Formats: sequence, C-alpha cells, structure tokens
Amino acid sequence: MTITAVAEDDALWVAVADPTRRRVLDALLERGEATTTTLAQSLPVTRQAVAKHLVVLDRVGLVAGRRRGREVRYTVRPERLDDAAEAMARVAAQWDRRLARIKRLAESLQAAAETDL
Amino acid sequence: MAASSVEREILIEASPEVVWGVITEPKQIGCWFSDDAELEARAGADGTLTWRPGGRGGDKEFDAIVPIRVVEAEPFRRFTFRWNHPQGAEPNASNSALVEFSLVEEAGGTRLRVLESGIDAVTHDEQSSSRYLEEHERGWGKHLGELLDYLASNPGGAAR
Repeated sequence: MTITAVAEDDALWVAVADPTRRRVLDALLERGEATTTTLAQSLPVTRQAVAKHLVVLDRVGLVAGRRRGREVRYTVRPERLDDAAEAMARVAAQWDRRLARIKRLAESLQAAAETDL
Repeated sequence: MAASSVEREILIEASPEVVWGVITEPKQIGCWFSDDAELEARAGADGTLTWRPGGRGGDKEFDAIVPIRVVEAEPFRRFTFRWNHPQGAEPNASNSALVEFSLVEEAGGTRLRVLESGIDAVTHDEQSSSRYLEEHERGWGKHLGELLDYLASNPGGAAR
C-alpha cells in the first residue's frame, strides 16, 4: 500500500523531523566537514545539544564521524539524506499525481459537455 | 493526537459539479486513484478501494483492498473520508488517515484542495506502535508538514 511504504524507515523520519537537527544537517552540508565545536559556533544551541543531535543523526546513518586526533570530524552521508527526502516527498508526490489525473479527467469531461451543448 | 499531514491543491478548468463527479463516482475514482472502487458519496458509507497487480499501485502480487469510510459528502463543496483502517475495524483517528477534499468555485474553474492528515496513524503496525508513541511524543508527527515544506523548497533534495 502506498502510504505504509512511507514508514519503511521510522528512525530516519524521526531523525530528520526535528528542526534543530535539520539545521545541524544544513550547517554540515554547507561546510562539508565539521566538528561539534565548529557546528555549535554557527548554531543557536549549545555544544552539548549539537553533540546529542549528531548522535541521533549518526545512529540512522545520516552523518558519519571520523576521529582525527582529539576531535571527531563529521560529514553528511548524502545517500541517506536522499532516502529520507524521498520518503518524505512520496506522500506529497502521490497526491500531486492524483490531482493531476483528476484535473485531466474533469477538464476532458467539461470540454465534452460543452461540445454537446 | 497531533497528526502528520500533507496539503496539496490544483486549479481545474471545470465546474465544481464536474470535479465532484470525478472525485466521488466509483467509475471515475478508478481513473485517478485506485484501479477499482466501491463507494457511495454518502456520510457513513463504507466502501473499498482496490489496487490490482500491475495496476496503478505498481507490481504487487496480490490485490490490495483498502477500506474507506465516507465522513462527509456535501455535494460540489466537500468530500471527506477515512481510509487505511484495518478491515472490519471502526475507523478512528488512531487507526486511519483522513482525506479531506474541498472544492471552491473560482473564475475559470474550481480550486481543488486535498488535505491528508493522520498519515502517521497508518504507517505503523501493532508491533511498532509503542515505539511509535514514544517517538511521537518527541513530535515528529507535527513536524512532518513542516519537513515536507522544507523539502519542497529544496528541489532535487537537500543533499545535492
């Protein structure tokens, strides 16, 4: 069923549904690679909060951390972000397709009715 | 329970009467929604939507039969239904999604809006429901619409 397919990966949804985590992702996408500290400097949240969000994002595979000496550098894993985006967009896209079909049907019926007059 | 929702609209160059027919008549529903529909546009009426293998639903091996319950049917203006509840169960906010169609006459046609809410109610099976509730407390449901907007404003996906 179309709608249930959306929930294929609940955890992924949860991870990207949080507005702060989306900002963390955005900031990380902008930089390519960043540490918790540098991310916290550009966001209106504490370093601890950034670290917590990174853990959630890491758990679902949206970001990957790489240890370099004393710090961990994070990068976005774009393939996972695409999965999430696809899942999110699916429901909306289905309705767009259905509405487009409704439009075609109704307009052809309307045109046919007007020709008959 | 807060509900995840998706809202879409389209301007159709046809009268509300014509659009109403397309969204409520089983024969027409079979042309844009399911492959087959049994439905009566009357409040409280139960029906089914069927997707067949190789049909609009894709390459499923078996028929997918989805229950639908008409909630409101106000001709040419408003058509709402619940769907995706378990077969035989009484549809409610926790086991089904609500689809609301509204039709507004405009110069040149009809503006058709669709709002589907409670999508989260049907995207979780029994086993995951407790985990779902816990996750829901953290509010992903209410952010879903916001997230869709976010994605919509990033054509091609944020990763590119």
